[in-house]
Formats: sequence, structure tokens, C-alpha cells
Amino acid sequence: MSSHHPSHVKSSVLQQRDPAWAREFEAILKAYEQAGGKPDVLRTPRVASAVISGNHVLAVNLVEGVDIEAEELENGVHACITVAPGTKVDYPVHLCFGMVPTEGLQEIISEFEIGEGAEVGFLAHCTFPNAENLKHVMDARIHVGPGATMRYSEGHYHGPVGGIEVLPTTHAQVDEGGWLESEFSLVHGRVGRLEIQFEVEVTAGGVVELVTKAYGSAEDEIEVNEVVRLNGEGARGLTKTRVAVRDQATSEIYTTAEGNAPGAVGHMDCTEIVRGEAVARNVPIVVVRDDRARVTHEAAIGSVNSKELETLMARGLDEEEAVDIIVRGLLG
Amino acid sequence: MEKDELLRLEDVWVQRPGAEVLRGVNLTVRCGEVHALLGLNGSGKTSLALTLMGADGYKPGRGRILFDGQDITALSVTARARLGLTLAWQEPARFEGLPVADYLALGMKKPERERIEGALKAVALSPLIYLSRTVNSALSGGERKRIELAAVYAMQPRLAVLDEPDSGVDVLCVGDIMALIRRMADEGISVLMITHRDEMAEVADTASLMCGGAVIQTGSPAKMRDYFTQRCRPHGDLLGNQPWGAEAGGTYQRVVTEGVGSE
Repeated sequence: MSSHHPSHVKSSVLQQRDPAWAREFEAILKAYEQAGGKPDVLRTPRVASAVISGNHVLAVNLVEGVDIEAEELENGVHACITVAPGTKVDYPVHLCFGMVPTEGLQEIISEFEIGEGAEVGFLAHCTFPNAENLKHVMDARIHVGPGATMRYSEGHYHGPVGGIEVLPTTHAQVDEGGWLESEFSLVHGRVGRLEIQFEVEVTAGGVVELVTKAYGSAEDEIEVNEVVRLNGEGARGLTKTRVAVRDQATSEIYTTAEGNAPGAVGHMDCTEIVRGEAVARNVPIVVVRDDRARVTHEAAIGSVNSKELETLMARGLDEEEAVDIIVRGLLG
Repeated sequence: MEKDELLRLEDVWVQRPGAEVLRGVNLTVRCGEVHALLGLNGSGKTSLALTLMGADGYKPGRGRILFDGQDITALSVTARARLGLTLAWQEPARFEGLPVADYLALGMKKPERERIEGALKAVALSPLIYLSRTVNSALSGGERKRIELAAVYAMQPRLAVLDEPDSGVDVLCVGDIMALIRRMADEGISVLMITHRDEMAEVADTASLMCGGAVIQTGSPAKMRDYFTQRCRPHGDLLGNQPWGAEAGGTYQRVVTEGVGSE
């Protein structure tokens, strides 16, 4: 990210505390790596980061213009992340959430305040590698200020058992000329039960792009509820959903886009691949309250495209290998 | 099957919903040759390609397909590919999220970057630009077509069935495609090249003419080109896209039994 106001290391609070802390820190870093994260980044002073295990804030690192205040709660953490107006953050802020134990509850309450004209990216990894009876609840508030840009990418790793419920809820506000991109990905390990709620209000000239990717198997349940309200003139919104389900897994995608102002443009794009006895459903809702707004949707649900499948098989792949490549490509 | 025969189709018939698309195809492709299969649109060329590859819905109701002496009529697409038979589709599939480099490497026994880059260069695409792109709709039809040909070349099959390798490709690149086809043969890859453009037969060693779901003649490329341009093309409008369909009336019977045209 380019920098008009270069962000410098403000402080590093990767403070060593006690052996128990060190063990937990190493365990969560190992799990973080399984989720696709790079542990070394969390030790890099130039990169703002926070590491949260259960209800413990294990480490926080700050850079200039980025403030992270984290308060430990009974079952989780309340984190306030503020990016000062005009700050261009050079490296994505790295967030690590997770729990190493097999059971428990983690509640993360987060507030993102992105100041006017700021530009920042977030890379969040949520890792629950041993989940057998775990619940992860997230309640996020996002405010993208005028002309600000926030890119948020969240990747999950849940281990092989599927004994987990993930319930993220987000309420976002994008101010005039603001830009919000949010990507949620759960394609490694079992999903368990996933229920995403995302509502966003977009004002004049604002842009929002929501991308959701999930791969369900066995008895996994995936439910996505997204509502994009394009309230300002020229506001634009896109929801892009890519889900694959197999075995007895289910997927239900409910997306709503509202064109409430002149020149508002919204589009919902959903592709779901179904294998075995899995069931997929997509319910797009289009609401237009201004005759100069335009909202469209497209959905494709079905088995793997036979031409794609046969093309890969004609290169010598067997059917399962070919399906896997197609699904991984779709979700990649 | 003769010693140098790689592929032999014996009286192959294929029924599709509403039409019999192959009507007793007999065809032989020899080791190391480029064999051009000429025919008008709708003559059954693509149906033959899909039948050879074992695509879903193209199982012969009669006849058999021999590949290197082995009856592959009942084999799956994968099994045929593993024997060394592959197909470059007329309209290549799109793959969201699959990088070009990975796509080319899929069919290679030992994926080597040098060979992947060489395959792209052979179809006049810059590896620097294309290796990291994905095989999706952001690529033009012509780009996907060339990448499909590059993937087949990189795979180094024993027999490459190329369904209209020149279609959708800009004129300047057709020469590169023809050179690649010749190069494939020089490197030991037999090629069955399907086309309705007789100019493409220039690179072939042998040519066959297809009409109404059957191969009606085989001979030298020059002879087949002459026959095609002088006797088939003028009848294109008359035959339409489905010469065996009901709309063609008795034309099909005449074409097959008497040859194409009636000078």
C-alpha cells in the first residue's frame, strides 16, 4: 500500500510474561500456521498485530496511526481497532483469533474505526484446530470513514472433526466515497455450523464488496445472510458467494441488495457446487426504491460442470481429483 | 490392426437425443501422422472427437474404437487419457481460480517450468504475462483456445485430437498453430486435426472427409482439399447445419450414397 504518511513502528508489546503464556503463545502460533498464517509476521515490529487465544490477549503490536485496545472478558475479548484519519498503513494488520482446547466458548466483540481518508488492510486468521465442542461468536462493528479504504480478509481453519459453531455478525457503515472489501473463507478443515450475518449501509459514492467462500462436507451446515443497503447516490455493492457442499452438508445463501438512491448499482453473484446428498439453496432478494438504481443477481447451483470435469479427466485426472481441482479453484 | 496404426474406428454409430450423429464411422490414424478431418459444420466432426475421448453421452451404440490395438470403446475419459489420448476442445472450458501454469502442468507426468513456458511460447503467448493468469472468462476465447493447445502440447500425448484448433484465433496466429501441429508430429505426437477450413490441411500427411456422420473418403490432403472445396462447400447452404436432420429431406441419403455434390 502506498504511503503519504509512512507508518512507523510505535511500540512493540510482544512482552514475555510467564511460561504458561509462552506455551499458549506457541500453541496458538502453531494453530495460526495451520490456518494459513505466517507466524513470523506476528513477531515483526513493522506489522500491527493482535494475538488472541480464548479470552487471553497474548500479544499486541502497534504501528503509527493504528491503535488496538483489547480488553479481556469472561469468555472472550473486546477489541477496538482505530486507524487515524489519513493514515496509509503499509502492511496489513494481522489478527489471530483462536482456541487450542477441544471445547469452550470464545466471544469476540470488535469495533473498527477507519478514519477519513485512511487506507488499511486486515488479515485475520481464526484457528480452532482441535474443535470438538466449541462455539466462536463474533460481533463486529465497522465504520469506514469518508474516502477511507478498508480491506478485511478472514480465513478459518477448524480441524477435521467439525464440532464447532461459528457465528459472526457484522454491522458496517461506509461513509461517502468510502470503500469496504470483506472476504470470509472457510475452505480448510470441517465447517461445523457456520452462520454469517452481515449488514452494511453504503452512503453516496461508497463501495462495498463482500466475498464468502466455504467448503462443507459430512453434516456441515452453512448459512449466509447478507444485506447490502445502497442508500447514497452512486453507491455500489457486490456480494460474491462461492460455496461447495458434499456428503450430507447443507448450504443456504440469503442475500439482499437494496438500491435506494439514484445511480446506486448492486449485484449479487452466487455459485454453489453440490455433490452427493448435499443440498444448496440460494435466495437473492432485490429491492429497488429509486427508479434510477439498478440491482441484478445471478446464481448457478448444480454439480460440477461436466465440460470442466471432462477437460481435466482428458489430462489424466480421475473424477475425484478433477472435482477437487475445480472446487479448490472456485474457492481459492 | 496394422503395425503402424495408432487409432482405428470400426463402424462406429452414436445416437444423441433427436439425432444419429455418427453413422458408421471408419477411420484410421497412423503413428506420427497429422491426419486432417475435413467437413462442413454439422457433419459430425465434433461428435467424433467427443466419442473418441469418451465424453458423457457419446457412447457408441455400435462399433468399436481401437487405440494401439486395445479396445477402448468402454473406457472412461481418464483411462483413455492415461493411455495417451487427449482432446483439445473446440470451445475450451473456463476454470475459475486455476492459474494457467497449473492448468498446463495437470497433464504432465513431470511438470517442468521450462516445458510449460515452451508450450506457451509455441502458441505465441508470453509466459511472463500468462503463467499467473487464471483460465477463466477474463481471457478471450482466442487466448483460452491457445492455452488449451499449449496444455495438450505440454502433456505430450500419443494422440492429440484437436477440434478446430484455428477457430477463434486471430489470423496472425494461425501460422503459429499450424507450426505447432507440425512440431507435435515431429516430436512423435500423432494428431487428428478437425477443421472445416481446408487451408489447415496443408500441414497434414493424410486427410479424410466427413459428411452426414460418416467418413466418406480418405486420401492425400491435396485431393481431399480439392474434393472439399469443389464439391462440399458449394452444398453447405443446401445441407444446412444438420444434414442428416429432417429438414434436409433426402439430401443426406444422396450425399452418403452418391458422394457430396452431383456435378
